[in-house]
Amino acid sequence: MKKIQKLEMVNISKSFHGNFANKDINLHINSGEILGLLGENGAGKTTLMNILYGLYQPDSGEIRINEKHIKINSPIDSIHHGIGMVHQHFMLIQNHSVIENIALGYEKTPFFFPKIRIHDKVVEFSEKFNFAIEPYKKVWQLSAGEQQRVEIIKALLNGADLLILDEPTSVLTPQEIKELFRILKDMKAQGHMVIIISHKLDEIMEICDRVTVLQKGRISGHADTALMDKRSLARMMIGREVLFNVNREPLPKGELVLKVSNLHVVGNKGVPAVKDISFDIYANEIFGIAGVAGNGQKELAEAITGIRPVKSGSVFAGSKNITNMSPRKIYDHGVSHVPEERIKFGIAPGLFLYDNAILKQHHLDKFSKNIFLEYGRIKKHTRSLIDSYRVATHSIDVQIKNLSGGNIQKLILGREISENPPLLVASHPTYGLDVGATEYLREQLLKRRREGGAVLLFSEDLDEIFELCDRIAVMFQGEFTGVLDSSEREKLSDIGLMMAGAIRY
Amino acid sequence: MEDVVISVLHRTMVAGTPLLLGTVGEVICERSGILNLGVEGVMSVGAVVAFVVTYTTGNPWLALIAAILAGMIISLIHAFASITLMANQVVSGLALTMIGLGLSGMVGKPYVGKPLAVKMNDFAIPWLSDIPFVGPLLFKQSPFFYMAILLALAAWFFLERTLAGIKVRSTGENPRATETQGVNVTLVRYICVITGGAFSAMAGAHLSTSYSKSWIEGMTAGRGWIVIALTIFALWNPGKAIFGSFLFGGVFVLQYLLQPVGISPNFLAMLPYIATLLILFGMGLRDRRRLNAPAQLGEPYKRGER
Repeated sequence: MKKIQKLEMVNISKSFHGNFANKDINLHINSGEILGLLGENGAGKTTLMNILYGLYQPDSGEIRINEKHIKINSPIDSIHHGIGMVHQHFMLIQNHSVIENIALGYEKTPFFFPKIRIHDKVVEFSEKFNFAIEPYKKVWQLSAGEQQRVEIIKALLNGADLLILDEPTSVLTPQEIKELFRILKDMKAQGHMVIIISHKLDEIMEICDRVTVLQKGRISGHADTALMDKRSLARMMIGREVLFNVNREPLPKGELVLKVSNLHVVGNKGVPAVKDISFDIYANEIFGIAGVAGNGQKELAEAITGIRPVKSGSVFAGSKNITNMSPRKIYDHGVSHVPEERIKFGIAPGLFLYDNAILKQHHLDKFSKNIFLEYGRIKKHTRSLIDSYRVATHSIDVQIKNLSGGNIQKLILGREISENPPLLVASHPTYGLDVGATEYLREQLLKRRREGGAVLLFSEDLDEIFELCDRIAVMFQGEFTGVLDSSEREKLSDIGLMMAGAIRY
Repeated sequence: MEDVVISVLHRTMVAGTPLLLGTVGEVICERSGILNLGVEGVMSVGAVVAFVVTYTTGNPWLALIAAILAGMIISLIHAFASITLMANQVVSGLALTMIGLGLSGMVGKPYVGKPLAVKMNDFAIPWLSDIPFVGPLLFKQSPFFYMAILLALAAWFFLERTLAGIKVRSTGENPRATETQGVNVTLVRYICVITGGAFSAMAGAHLSTSYSKSWIEGMTAGRGWIVIALTIFALWNPGKAIFGSFLFGGVFVLQYLLQPVGISPNFLAMLPYIATLLILFGMGLRDRRRLNAPAQLGEPYKRGER
């Protein structure tokens, strides 16, 4: 007999710093069901599930199990109620063996000889679902799929009837995905319920009985997957007819500023992240790269700007080959960069504002003489940057980490474009910023375009992509599923499908 | 000739005892993720407290308990700074060494040059000590020697064969994941740092109430630093620490033995550190993971931060 026959979330709302992440969410799931939770990045899927798992408390609304209201204050409560969660980033100790990892979280692990004494239990569960896990292997020796199965065993051993999986397929190979789906179907047959957070339409269609779609923190629909097709699901996820902007005046195509040919880049885990990508960017153009995070955008941006080695292929800035040059040389050749994760890669948080205003430019004659920095000129330059790019700060003699995200980003942008480089690579430039700063930054990008510059824009925000870009490439699993002109509206309305790799143009 | 060999080996065992005690403590501490460079200071405090209490009460066992308590209390400074305040552990540990050395010098000043009337006597284990060669070597020793071996084995058993041991090691490897499994990371780390302090203080007590029976300022003579090196040399394993401690203890004895032959004692004093570096090079070249260092050693853990 399962502890949970039916689980409901009723009118759940949750906000962070005044912005709601979830608003009036209702959903339910029954024993033996697989529910898909579909939505774009930032739609509030993970927040909602963290509430169910007890990591966050909802501002309002309630959770009911078998028609009874329950309170979940912490993950320990949710485990007691029979809820288990496998996070997107596995909570495993890499240097420990599988069985040590399981022992750590299992409620009934005995104090003495824990490994030997839970061994049989682990093997029993592993066999029940055909996990094929070797208990004494170290976690770092396991593939991502095997690590995920360890996480699933951890949840099942603690009696989880409801298993929440956050983006379970994002780190898996196609074979492993098949294997995972087989396991999930076995679990379903045994009366377990599963919630899968995903933005991949194919997978939702394949494995889920029902789907709940979230959009910007609200429910945009519930559906039986049997009665839906991918196109209508994609519309539900994007949630709007694609709108096109406005104050982007047509400009004649300028000179070639960037030529990327047959580029291959390897990601952090040694797997190919960018596969044979080629494209050109011209002056007076904003070239957008859309796609769900983790499909190689980061690696592509890093390879172009010199942070990550290019495995094969070439990158030309104008006529100059900049493939595998150092980031500073690439900057000197007219490619500037507004990196993602601005605090981590864009600034040195503990240094003063004026130090940060000349990063990558400190070696130029105007800022240094021999081994000495010319602080007089540096500060003058900083003041003019602050004025031109509307950085709000009471002084330039402060550590830059004390500024708000929007002001930090304005300074970074100013630093990168004040020299009018032919190409600006901007990765998620407005991510996490308020409306005002976002609008300002977008205006600045359009201004670059007007003044004869080119911008390579990486963004997950489709509004931003549509508003700014002349051409849009959609990236999926390291490849372009299409490069579209902003005038091809018919095709652009299928961008959700292109992001999911379901169609290619 | 056999007598000479037994005598040298016996002295090796004696010299290795405080190293083993200190190393086991440091292994437990570092396995939880906290680097404690204060061993030298805590050892010194343990030595002076044990000496003073033995001197005044005549009871070296009472002195041992007092030393352990003192070691635990002074280690709290490091625990509070590095765990609660998330301070730089290197700085805090070095400060602890300085405080411990200074404090023990001050407290011990009146006792310099006054030998103890009683000390922790060697204890011959019946029957076993009669075995030729092995008997006098291993079973006619100070109680500290027996305690060190037993505690090292117990620590190994604790870390490798109990649930609490898994929790300690997990804390040093990945505190965030450990916390999501319902473990109180802060508490685990406090307990481990304080336990490490207790072991270091025991090592100090051995020096002043068993090894010699007098107090001299600076009598720990760098043993605390050898402990730090030994912790790495033993690859954070209390079992291997037994081997390493007596090996390094042997080097201590050799310093005196080889001096007449013309080998500088200064050179021999460097050996433990050279050996540790070689281990680091060798293991580092092969595969970092084989080094077994706790992944989050020295990193403060901030709750609820991504």
